[in-house]
Amino acid sequence: MTYRRVAFLLMIICFSLAGLQGESSIKTVNAFSEQVIQHGAVGDDVIELQSRLQYLGFYNGKIDGVFGWGTYWALRNFQYEFGMEIDGLAGQATKDKLVKASNYDEGYVKGKINKGKDFTHYGGVDRTGTPADPQAETPEETAGEDVTAVNVPQGYSQNDIQLMANAVYGEARGEPYEGQVAVAAVIINRIESPTFPNTASGVIFEPRAFTAVADGQIWLTPNERAREAVLDAINGWDPSGNATYYFNPDTATSGWIWTRPQIKKIGKHIFCK
Amino acid sequence: MVRWILIGVLSLALVGTGFWGYREHQEKNAILIQAENTYQRSFHELSYHMDLLNDQIGTTLAMNSTERLSPQFVEIWRLTSEALSNVGQLPLGLLPFNKTEEFLSEIGDFTYRTAVRNLEDSPLTEEETETLKQLYSQSGDIKDELRQVQHIALENNLRWMDVQLALANPDEQVDNTIIDGFRTVEKSVEGFTEANSQSSVIGRTSNDHKYKYLNGQEINEQEALDKSKEIFNVQNEDNLTIAESGEGSDVPMYSISYHNDEKRAYMDMSQQGGHPLSILVSRDIAQNQISLNEGAEKAQDYLKSFNLENMSLFQSSEYNNVGVYSFLYNEDDVRVYSDAVEVKVALDNGDILGLSTNNYYMNHTDRDLKEPEISAEEAKKMVNPNVDIQEEFLAIIDNDLGEEVLVYEFLGVLDNDTYRIFINAMNGFEEKVEKLDGTEINFAAN
Repeated sequence: MTYRRVAFLLMIICFSLAGLQGESSIKTVNAFSEQVIQHGAVGDDVIELQSRLQYLGFYNGKIDGVFGWGTYWALRNFQYEFGMEIDGLAGQATKDKLVKASNYDEGYVKGKINKGKDFTHYGGVDRTGTPADPQAETPEETAGEDVTAVNVPQGYSQNDIQLMANAVYGEARGEPYEGQVAVAAVIINRIESPTFPNTASGVIFEPRAFTAVADGQIWLTPNERAREAVLDAINGWDPSGNATYYFNPDTATSGWIWTRPQIKKIGKHIFCK
Repeated sequence: MVRWILIGVLSLALVGTGFWGYREHQEKNAILIQAENTYQRSFHELSYHMDLLNDQIGTTLAMNSTERLSPQFVEIWRLTSEALSNVGQLPLGLLPFNKTEEFLSEIGDFTYRTAVRNLEDSPLTEEETETLKQLYSQSGDIKDELRQVQHIALENNLRWMDVQLALANPDEQVDNTIIDGFRTVEKSVEGFTEANSQSSVIGRTSNDHKYKYLNGQEINEQEALDKSKEIFNVQNEDNLTIAESGEGSDVPMYSISYHNDEKRAYMDMSQQGGHPLSILVSRDIAQNQISLNEGAEKAQDYLKSFNLENMSLFQSSEYNNVGVYSFLYNEDDVRVYSDAVEVKVALDNGDILGLSTNNYYMNHTDRDLKEPEISAEEAKKMVNPNVDIQEEFLAIIDNDLGEEVLVYEFLGVLDNDTYRIFINAMNGFEEKVEKLDGTEINFAAN
């Protein structure tokens, strides 16, 4: 008899412990991480920030996990309305205010993002039909998985970057990293130069401009490094020293190219004006 | 004997034919690639031009002065004709794509009419603004669709040659992403009843000139090596290589590279004064451990270590666990766009991955700052009244003529877009209007 009682007691203890744990996990799911979130950031904290701002009616853009201009203005308006310092940064004080003023149901928001892309009315919809059950969701997701947008440099699309990465990879995949950035920089210098076409595709597909285009090597799938090199070049790095031409001295067939003033040699390529 | 001669001649002929066939095959391939490249170029240019067109129409909405509007309409007109000619070069003959072409020429007609009109006497009417808004949203849809098709085409290496074949065989079930994509584009236009990359102004000068701010003593190779050991944080010179720049270089510099098993680093250092002009470190980067904000502090500290003072954070973006920051030189609360410096920080451990100071050393000088002649309030009146101004700064930018001018910079919102508007602080001229984006739907996640 006592044995059964002890077992019963143990069971109760176990259950209440489990309950406690469940509760504490709900809490951790709903809180921002430590970081100060600023313009340009990407990830789960940004999703939460956007959701909370949308809940309060400050943000009406898409919840996409990238801190863009829309989020920036929403945050500043929030800070203004709540009498805080208006700096457009989500620091500890701002996050605390946000958490106090709004509700955030991570499982619900992320489920929506995963299902449909156009998710823009958190807080405004009737959600009684879908009871929130945080334990049913799996919070063990890798960061950034739900982010549906990306940062791109002003004036460029991912596709422009991809096309340039293709060209860089086809032209310079055996080269050191700085050599790849330099090739990407040459493409950009040509876009800006009045003597070449004004678009990335125009420069790349200009007949006889790049050997990788002429022999079809441009259609090899580029690696991550080539993409990174293109991003660096777009963001302002130019190891080529403002060059608009380059050639491989071992394979160059044109004598004319040797008459260009040379700037430097990186890997196998000589870069020139 | 005759038999052997015959065999010899015949086998020679055989080898000859084989060789000829091979040459023909090679040539055919080369021509196929060339034709494919022409199609690809038109296609990629088309989506780029549509993107730019959408951007330019959007920018028009936030403009106010006629001095700005007329050239802007001309620019849009030029872009529509470029896009139209791109469409014309694609093998779409059998695909109904005429609605899109009509749409393009409609934009062209509209902008041409308004561009040649004297907007001073007869400014845009409300209906015309409404039309512009419609064109803006419609072109936005087309742009998104085309970008989507482009993404799929790039991802799957789709060939226009195949499109041509698929279109030429109407009997076969056509299942081609490009064709489907173009049909969707065409659909999005059916509801309709009735410009050079504006990349950011920062650090861009319209004309190259000598470096203005390289001060200090000329350094020799050994000194450059010593400096780079310090910057790269390495003890010995074993893995360092150094080379001098050639005659074509804008400024004499040393290029130093370093590599070990995990990373490689590269630096351009000016011979005058030994200033680092460009640093690039390449290594594998793990998952984020620090935030974009902490990275910004590291970047700021890094700049201080090179005596780059008064630099204020202008822009920050996170790309694949790397934080990219650009800083502008700040003098008496005037930010100078041409004196820009970029820093790259690894967000896994906070190491600096790159520095670019070319623009700073090229453009920075001791400027004689003038007081603005018109007040901020007067300048605000020059901005399109539909734009809701949120922030204002004083700034120095390079105008279209490549001269440095003092301007009021306003950041404002119109509908869901953010604009940066520069008003000349001396005469109220609307120097530049930019639509800011910087984020895009992740096509790969769809």
